[in-house]
Amino acid sequence: MTATVLLEARGLAIRFGGVIAADGVDLDVLEGEKLAIIGPNGAGKTTFLNIATGYLKPQAGTVRFLGKEITAHRPRDITRFGIARAFQIPQLFLDHTVIENLLIAAAGHSGRTTLMRSLHDLPERAEMENLLDLVSIRDVADRRAGELPEGKRKLVDIAVALALKPRLLLMDEPTSGVASSEKFAIMDILVAALDKQRVTSVFVEHDMDMVTRYADRVAVWSAGKIQMSGPPAEVLADPVVREQVIGI
Amino acid sequence: MAGRSSALTWTLAAVLFAAGVIPILIPSMATLVVLILAKGIVVLGIIILLQAGQVSFGHAMFFAAGAYTAGFWGKYLGVGDLVAYLVVGTVIATVLGLLVGLFVVRYREIFFGMLNLAFSMVLWSLLEKLFHLTNGADGMRVPRPTVFGMVFSPESFQYVLLYLTLAIAIVATIAVQRFLESPTGNMLRAIKSNETRLEYLGVSARRILLIGYVISAALGGIGGVLVAVAQQIATPEFAYWTKSGEFVFIAILGGVGNAMGAFAGSAVFELVRFYASAQLANSWQLILGVVLIAIILFAPNGLIGLWKRQRAARDES
Repeated sequence: MTATVLLEARGLAIRFGGVIAADGVDLDVLEGEKLAIIGPNGAGKTTFLNIATGYLKPQAGTVRFLGKEITAHRPRDITRFGIARAFQIPQLFLDHTVIENLLIAAAGHSGRTTLMRSLHDLPERAEMENLLDLVSIRDVADRRAGELPEGKRKLVDIAVALALKPRLLLMDEPTSGVASSEKFAIMDILVAALDKQRVTSVFVEHDMDMVTRYADRVAVWSAGKIQMSGPPAEVLADPVVREQVIGI
Repeated sequence: MAGRSSALTWTLAAVLFAAGVIPILIPSMATLVVLILAKGIVVLGIIILLQAGQVSFGHAMFFAAGAYTAGFWGKYLGVGDLVAYLVVGTVIATVLGLLVGLFVVRYREIFFGMLNLAFSMVLWSLLEKLFHLTNGADGMRVPRPTVFGMVFSPESFQYVLLYLTLAIAIVATIAVQRFLESPTGNMLRAIKSNETRLEYLGVSARRILLIGYVISAALGGIGGVLVAVAQQIATPEFAYWTKSGEFVFIAILGGVGNAMGAFAGSAVFELVRFYASAQLANSWQLILGVVLIAIILFAPNGLIGLWKRQRAARDES
């Protein structure tokens, strides 16, 4: 069985002063999978998300999405191609309510920037309310995003990304900053939502429990390269990975 | 939500009704009310930009563009029609807004404010230096225009101007309020809270800001035509930075969260100026300064914010 390659990175290289974040990174993301990227702090995992979404330009290498080169495009173009992003620190419109955050995303996605019709009367409203249910944040729909606790904000951030109906969702530590007792609950909700919407996902993760439980495949990013990739059980059992990345 | 906005709508109706009726009882107030409403229309544009967190210290350029449309018309084409002034003045301000906007929407905050200031000062210099075209610092006289082809006496003209201005103010307020509630209006507010995320939604923040900027320029042009016609003159002062500052001042005074703030602020500003300048001649600005300090310290959301807070307190008790 050969799955479609959704995202294809080849020979990515980028350095910040003396720090080498990527030095010949090759990485494929296959349609339908949940790929976890792990690696030591500062290895360049977030840099990969920044390159793949056009926020940073690599000094060398290319990124293709569905065969089309996207390396030099801006974040908003790449978003329109079908790659959405959720952030480590939720990036929301804090003065707007949760449902308004989603509706703004829906308006951005559909290009419906009408001038005289209320945001709340968008035809996508019912769909966005369903999305609130899917991510279990219906109860805070009318609360201002700025007053929500971190765990909820994380879910809103992901819901905003899903409102764009992406084919690929890139997530940066979806459960960081969340109390450990809530982590599994949040990931359960999230993974169910991703499966339901058939969204391929990549998530940068530090917590090996999360990786074992939720990833289909793990890629180890260390010293500017992908050192290894494969099923979580196999990769996390590797002695070198255990020593360098997990630190046992 | 609906209750609050309908209470506001009723208040708006009451205020505008007062604006229409008071001058009938006190004819000397007619021109003052026109000035209040016309400046309120300009300030609506400032409020639009403030939604995106951007302050323009150069919006007087669009105000002057409208005013000088009437001035040039009078000098080169003879007495025109008020409706034509309004249409052409708005078009010119809109085009100018698009040209300047394409440049300034690339910048934010202090750079945005100062670039606007720079553009407006260029216009001011041109109006002042091109004496043979613009009469320089003397300004251009704006003879009383016809309205829909009809000629009015000075007495009846002031009422025609008043009610036309009132009608424009009502339409502009409703349109701006609806715009602010639209997807684009919400995206303007989103520029203020998180521009990065907006880009990650596939939205060009610059384009959204440009839409807001062009609308605000158009409103500036309309206000400029009305003020020039009411005062029967357009001078380079109309484009000077203090005039831009005045519009920002009125916006903060009134409160930037709601289109109504423009008129509340404008009314207080013009009334204080009108009465304080009669009493204190050259130091009326002192009183306005004290008023502004009080507003910033005690009512950071402006007069409209103060009013909402009192209502909320009353609803609770």
